Amino acid sequence: MCGIAGLIHKGKSSAVGSEMTAMLQALKHRGPDSTGYAVYGTPTEGDFIMRLKVAEAEDRAKGRGVHQLIRDRIAVVEEILKEHGAQVKSKDAATEYALRYVLSMTGDVAAMAEHIEENEGVEILSFGNGLELIKDLGDATVVSEQYGLTGFQGTHAIGHTRMATESDVDIKSAHPYWAFPYNDVSVVHNGQITNYWIMRREMERKGHRFMSNCDSELLAVYTAHNLANGVSLEDSLRNSIQEIDGVFTYLVATKDQLGLAKDTMAAKPLVLYESDDLIAMASEEVAIRAILPEEIDTTDPYDEEVRVWQA
Amino acid sequence: MASVTDAELKQMTQEERVTALGMRTEALTGKTLYVEFDVDAEERFTYPWAPDVDFNKRTELDTDNMTTTEVNSAIRDLMREGYGTIVLKNPRGKHSLGVGILSRLNLIIEGSTGYFGVGLIDGPNVRISGRVGWSCAENMMSGTVVIEKNAGSTFGAAIRGGDLVCKGSVGSRTGIDMKGGTILVGGDTGALSGFMMQRGRMIVCGNAGKNLGDSMYDGTIYVGGEIKSLGVDAIEAELTDLDRAWLTRKLKQYGLLPDKGVDHFTKVVAGKQLWNYDNLEANEKKLIL
Repeated sequence: MCGIAGLIHKGKSSAVGSEMTAMLQALKHRGPDSTGYAVYGTPTEGDFIMRLKVAEAEDRAKGRGVHQLIRDRIAVVEEILKEHGAQVKSKDAATEYALRYVLSMTGDVAAMAEHIEENEGVEILSFGNGLELIKDLGDATVVSEQYGLTGFQGTHAIGHTRMATESDVDIKSAHPYWAFPYNDVSVVHNGQITNYWIMRREMERKGHRFMSNCDSELLAVYTAHNLANGVSLEDSLRNSIQEIDGVFTYLVATKDQLGLAKDTMAAKPLVLYESDDLIAMASEEVAIRAILPEEIDTTDPYDEEVRVWQA
Repeated sequence: MASVTDAELKQMTQEERVTALGMRTEALTGKTLYVEFDVDAEERFTYPWAPDVDFNKRTELDTDNMTTTEVNSAIRDLMREGYGTIVLKNPRGKHSLGVGILSRLNLIIEGSTGYFGVGLIDGPNVRISGRVGWSCAENMMSGTVVIEKNAGSTFGAAIRGGDLVCKGSVGSRTGIDMKGGTILVGGDTGALSGFMMQRGRMIVCGNAGKNLGDSMYDGTIYVGGEIKSLGVDAIEAELTDLDRAWLTRKLKQYGLLPDKGVDHFTKVVAGKQLWNYDNLEANEKKLIL
């Protein structure tokens, strides 16, 4: 079933971390397996934020050896950073296996990301100037507190509460997906993609990598492929409705944009609220009401609807 | 039905009641327990066990810190106390509010509801001042539901009777599988509206999305605006004087009559090309429609 939510403030920063937490907590009943956030802060040119995980939460059940394994993997990652000329400005760890680096670099980001991910169990969750992508098992409040998201200020955010139907309950199958290796692009999706394997093979032939067997990852790869080839976000969303089969409503966020696309059957829900300075959308109205308790006007986007908003 | 009195019905268990009212599933398998309708019998407008409510007795309920179950139980308790007008405040998109009300009641919801609002109802008059989510009034048997703002998809799914009115626009698959009653929409409707519709009428004052009336068995759809496309076996029909008179009356009743009248409405009915009932048994044929 899954729940998705998105919000974008026009021309101002707000506490999008706690706003998105409230929205996703209201959608917990749509998916209790994992929760994910992609929040966008003020971008600093030249500074990149990299979030990565070096183990799955379930790996900790393997025993004491995993701590050493995690330390070894982190050491390898830092070696690679050095090799690619990335200077670590700060390093935080919300959990033992989830790290956040602020890097200063000018080199080829994609080459470095590929190099890092060559290592078993290591996956970059996000990379960009403004994007912070957080996902873990548990409900919205648990994940938000674990990763200290409450005080986060930014312009826009998307989020996801997952009910695993097509693949495992783990971090690599949780949303949002970063559109590897495209800076600052993230995707959340509610639905099932029925031509997943055909499209995945096509994308793999074009040289893209898949980290999970989750069908939603395809949307992130597909979007990255289009953006890399100079297609605008709006056109990418519009083309996806014809090229991707199945039922879906998905949201894509970039450094300064938020877009939505609905499949040709309008089979997956979305409620949309638009005002002059705030646009909020979610699978159910309760999520929007979690941040806007007063009386508001909301609508349901129709089939094949594509919208893009600028921050 | 005439042979059973209200007093007797009240005494019965639920199991005995359905048998006495001729609602057993055995009727579908041929071992019929069907009770003949008696024209002389007094019509039963309410369930014998329905609470006796007074419309002039009014109360308000702030649902802000209540769960859906608490709200719905509170409505039942208030009805047992004789309250006939109940106002729900601050629903804030809660799901399944006011479901399964099987008696007379004036239910006023001040705000917006989530999914499955006022589903499975038989009798109440509901007014909702906000927006409703998916599947509002699904399986309604009778009564009226009037929504001031927009509505989500599968609006009035499988309704059998009553008037369901949305003054704004509704989502996709409006009146899917409807088996009776009337759906009135002031604005637009999305794709696949009237999908597998079996009976009843749907009026859309605005535009309709693609595949309108797809695979409809029967029933009538009236659209005031543009139709993006008709579904399989849905065809346009001639708007008769009888249609015009009924449309005018019905739309006027809910304040939705367009300034230019009803002459511009397009009438859509089943083309009956998908009717292949000849290879069914005679008894099955009776049951389908």
